[in-house]
Amino acid sequence: MFKVLLAFIRKEFYHILRDKRTLLILFGMPLAQVLIFGYAVTNEFNDAEIDIMDYAKDETSEQYINHLQSSGNFIVRRVLGSPNEMEEGMKAGKAKLVVSIPDNFSEDFYAGNSIQIQVITDGSDPNNANTLVQYLTEMTQSFQRQKRNEPTDPYTINVASRMLYNPQLASAYNFVPGTIALILLIICAMLTSLTIAKEKEIGTMEILLVSPLSPLLIILGKVAPYALLSFVNAIVVILIGFFVFDVPVLGSTLLLLSMCFLYVFTALSLGILISTTVKTQQEAMMKSLMGLMMPSMLLSGFIFPLASMPVVLEYIGKIIPATYFIRILKGVMLRGVGLNFILFEIAVLLAMTLGFLFLSWRNFKIRLE
Amino acid sequence: MNAISIQNISKNYKDTKALEDISFEVQNGQLFGLIGPDGAGKSTLFRILTTLLLADKGQAFVDGYEVVKEFREIRKRVGYMPGRFSLYQDLSVEENLSFFATIFGTTIEENYDLIRDIYVQIEPFKKRLAGNLSGGMKQKLALSCALIHKPTVLFLDEPTTGVDAVSRKEFWDMLRSLKEKNIAILVSTPYMDEAVLCDEIALIQEGRILKIDEPQSMIHQFDRPLFAVKTNDTYKLLKHLRLKPFTHSVLPFGECLHLISSERMSAADLQDQLRSEGFADVIVSKIKASIEDVFLELSHKTEGHV
Repeated sequence: MFKVLLAFIRKEFYHILRDKRTLLILFGMPLAQVLIFGYAVTNEFNDAEIDIMDYAKDETSEQYINHLQSSGNFIVRRVLGSPNEMEEGMKAGKAKLVVSIPDNFSEDFYAGNSIQIQVITDGSDPNNANTLVQYLTEMTQSFQRQKRNEPTDPYTINVASRMLYNPQLASAYNFVPGTIALILLIICAMLTSLTIAKEKEIGTMEILLVSPLSPLLIILGKVAPYALLSFVNAIVVILIGFFVFDVPVLGSTLLLLSMCFLYVFTALSLGILISTTVKTQQEAMMKSLMGLMMPSMLLSGFIFPLASMPVVLEYIGKIIPATYFIRILKGVMLRGVGLNFILFEIAVLLAMTLGFLFLSWRNFKIRLE
Repeated sequence: MNAISIQNISKNYKDTKALEDISFEVQNGQLFGLIGPDGAGKSTLFRILTTLLLADKGQAFVDGYEVVKEFREIRKRVGYMPGRFSLYQDLSVEENLSFFATIFGTTIEENYDLIRDIYVQIEPFKKRLAGNLSGGMKQKLALSCALIHKPTVLFLDEPTTGVDAVSRKEFWDMLRSLKEKNIAILVSTPYMDEAVLCDEIALIQEGRILKIDEPQSMIHQFDRPLFAVKTNDTYKLLKHLRLKPFTHSVLPFGECLHLISSERMSAADLQDQLRSEGFADVIVSKIKASIEDVFLELSHKTEGHV
């Protein structure tokens, strides 16, 4: 029996290694995804170009402008001559922000009068605009403290925030767990459903059925290579996260790996379930892309937080395995929690896996119809 | 005990009848041909016998095992070659063969003598991917794969469709030699000329069996006079002959017409008559019936035409 399984797995490896498309999905996609999320899709920014409308043109306004640039977040693109030019840079998409410093800046500042600095941003990119304004406000406050050289005003309430677990608000902390969840899902669920559908499509399933092979062995032989390869992929992504994007693994590595393994099983059983309901590869592709990829990407809390969604979507998010796996990953990797903090999520994943396997077993056809 | 025993099998797909009350037996070591056009229900019957489909009515036994309840036993014992080429195109010849040997719990070496005659012809290409083989070689590989576990019954669904004439002949020679190894073979084909190579044949059309017999005796039983009539204007002659009182049936057959007469007459008389009626170039010769003539005659009858 074991020999048969080995022969089956070897055959499956031949299929994988000889098909460029599968190879590309297996090894190209994880890499591309991590790098795209890592470098392109990010809320952080450096060297945002800003325009300055300086009505004051005095010593303090100069110091203020220098202070803004000192952080490395802003670069002054132009100092504008007249307010008419304010919109120009923004329209051209070059300036992200215009800071307008009022008349008598220096005088008012040292006299202790209240000063209003006007900030104009490009609202067509709301996320970015918000972050920029936040940065600018912070920089302005620190300028004020520095210049007045006085301890914080006793009559104001100051908020001192500290971002625990991700002090620099690095987006890698969010996308590395999310990417692992997505990649494992794509490879395990999509590729296994595709490969089983392929046997049906080219007719080899007919021959496999008219052989002493049990359905369990056929499925085991088909999914084992993918389980192995996706597990390797998960480790590669964690390593890239660790070495390239400085995403830590605070919790136990063993726990992390066994959680990846559990999720691989969940995704595999989902892939098998999909394959029992389809006849062609195209169908399998559609079902796994529309039914798995899209919701897992949008509704798992990976990109948009679950809590801010309409109730219906929130409930859909709750039946997506990736939701729980991302929670587990963030817990173990970023907060360093142990087993006892993620018991609920593990239980949900286990229950889902068993459910999928049961349904696949009910659905598997030992005949052609 | 017979290798295959089929008793009153019927099968419907929704509203269309695929098989209607099919019964026949295949003896051990017999080469049995299922002859009929596309859509006659041949593949459906094959799938019922190989336990891939369930019949609506009737019973069938393969190697003594019932096809529904004892399907596991049957799956261990039979060799099946589906109508479509169903091997792994991205595996080499050798990899395919060794994979199918392993899943049946055997090795190429163990049963090599069984497939030797066939396999030697494709062995020079054993490193080639199956997808790059020619049609004839693909079928030889598929046959090798179906034989590698020494089945007691072999099911070959249209093994020679899409194969060139030389390879077809070779393929049938191989089947004849397999018979000697006491393997029962059920083979289907739409080519009537292959029917005479079988020990026994069943003619099948639209899910019904027209006749079961040895091919030679089928031909002998065809007792009406049969003529091949050849002319340049085949269509005009066809219309002309249809109106003749002595015509039982007339059908185009390649480049000539086959006329079955209801009266005894000589070819020379018929030729003279037709020439005098304006077909100056007509050539008439009396011929022996082929399985195709038998088939057309039988299918004519069942359709209710004269």
